[in-house]
Amino acid sequence: MSEVKTIATRDSYGAALVELGKEHEDLVVLDADLAAATKTGVFKKAFPERHFDCGIAEQNMIGVAAGMAAAGLVPFASSFAMFAAGRAFEQVRNSVGYPHLNVKIGATHGGISVGEDGASHQCCEDFALMRSIPGMVVLCPADDVEAKAAVKAAYEHEGPVYLRFGRLAVPVFHDEANYKFEIGKGEVLRDGDDLAILATGLETAEALKAAEQLAAEGVNARVINLCSIKPLDTELVLKAARECGKVVTCEEHSVIGGLGEAVCAAIAEAGVACKVKRVGVKDEFGHSGPAKELLTQFGLDAAGIAKACREV
Amino acid sequence: MGVLTSTHGAKAGHPGGSLSAADALTYLYFKEMKVDPAAPKAEGRDRFVLSKGHAAPGLYSVLALRGFFPVEDLPTLRHTDSYLQGHPNMSTVPGVDMSTGSLGQGISAACGMALAAKYKKQDSRVYALLGDGELQEGEVWEASMFAAHYKLDNLCVLADLNGLQIDGAVADVMNPGPVDEKFKAFGFFVQVIDGHSFEALEAAFAAARAEKGRPSAILLKTTKGKGVSYMENNVGWHGKAPNDAEYEQGMAELTAALEELEGETV
Repeated sequence: MSEVKTIATRDSYGAALVELGKEHEDLVVLDADLAAATKTGVFKKAFPERHFDCGIAEQNMIGVAAGMAAAGLVPFASSFAMFAAGRAFEQVRNSVGYPHLNVKIGATHGGISVGEDGASHQCCEDFALMRSIPGMVVLCPADDVEAKAAVKAAYEHEGPVYLRFGRLAVPVFHDEANYKFEIGKGEVLRDGDDLAILATGLETAEALKAAEQLAAEGVNARVINLCSIKPLDTELVLKAARECGKVVTCEEHSVIGGLGEAVCAAIAEAGVACKVKRVGVKDEFGHSGPAKELLTQFGLDAAGIAKACREV
Repeated sequence: MGVLTSTHGAKAGHPGGSLSAADALTYLYFKEMKVDPAAPKAEGRDRFVLSKGHAAPGLYSVLALRGFFPVEDLPTLRHTDSYLQGHPNMSTVPGVDMSTGSLGQGISAACGMALAAKYKKQDSRVYALLGDGELQEGEVWEASMFAAHYKLDNLCVLADLNGLQIDGAVADVMNPGPVDEKFKAFGFFVQVIDGHSFEALEAAFAAARAEKGRPSAILLKTTKGKGVSYMENNVGWHGKAPNDAEYEQGMAELTAALEELEGETV
């Protein structure tokens, strides 16, 4: 078996922007002194006249993006999730969300897998913040193939989109040749009806590994990848809840306000009898450490997911 | 008069800061800006951002008089189901180029519009009107740095220096001055003028248009509540609507002033 390729979705973001930039002159990229880290540096190199550094001023960057969108351009405003969704939240809400402007927010370094930088930079609240804005699409791709497709879909979508990417290199499990992405659609990666694991972002690859461990124990887990956190593929979620009766949600985000709560709301409002367990960061801040160690420590790796599946 | 009619109809709103800016808004939409009420979204038009979004009654009045929507709609300001929201909403009001209301954000959007015009090689200009209290927002200075860095000489920032904000005199609450020196230090071409003089406005806009390589700031010395005796320089009229008697008195004062002006013209 050949070794699985690993790529950080932030790298996919930069690469996808370059590809899209070749076709679309209205695509511009904004950064706040983090082009080297958000990986938009490759776009800057390819299209210097279309890359605008805003300096360390995220609030203004989001407002500038809103103005550019109002004037007909399609800006991708890039920063770390903490600053794009956190610091500039009210600019995103009032200058982008309320007028429903065609701004794309490319937020890298989401979740605790930021690693050594520690809690100040480990954003585990962005899904909650961005989901709450009317009309905002929230996407969190799981691997390189999905990330590139999500960037393209975001460009083609008319209206604001929040894209969350990771710092850590993660396995590429999608087959690019046969992969189709659609905003609002989830995908079943593995069939099973003993329970369903609903995952997003880098948790999806961990969920697949957890499902293998469970299979060895005679438990058949269905694994569903939900890149589109908003809009949520409610139909697919409810089908899993009805057919499996037990659901485990997995996200590199607080258990408050993210995918887990969105899934709980969908299941409860449909009146489906189904137990849910949420794997995520448990209402606490992260801390410094190597990314993989942190994922294990916070119960977000395959072993942690498998444990949650045995408990649900 | 539209300001009084709309805030009176709304029984709420911000008449004081609308009246201090009324002369500048009028000059912008009737003389300075390249806009067409029949094509409010025309590509390549000049754009205006009311960064001090609470002066919406002033902007709406001028837009209505310029023909963007019926003057008769002004009294529906702030009413349930009216398209005239308490603060400007670009999605519903013809002629409004940016949704604003949260202070400090409009100037950033104006920078984005000005940069977009340069990127598209259009000769259109962008105007943003800020309040002096608004200058306390940090985002204003992030945007100012940006405007000078990208040499946005198609951007003209207007600051309505009426000297008052909700909690009192701007200088007492949190003094943003010296405003002229600050904009100069941030790389702007700065002019300080009487914000109620059309002659001064005409000259300042012409000078701003001629200035190349840096953004312009026109600092407007104004009177909050201008033209209505009981509102002038009275902090209590920041966010309060006139009652029936006050409305009648204010309209009478503005009508008398208008007749005097018309008499002069003839």
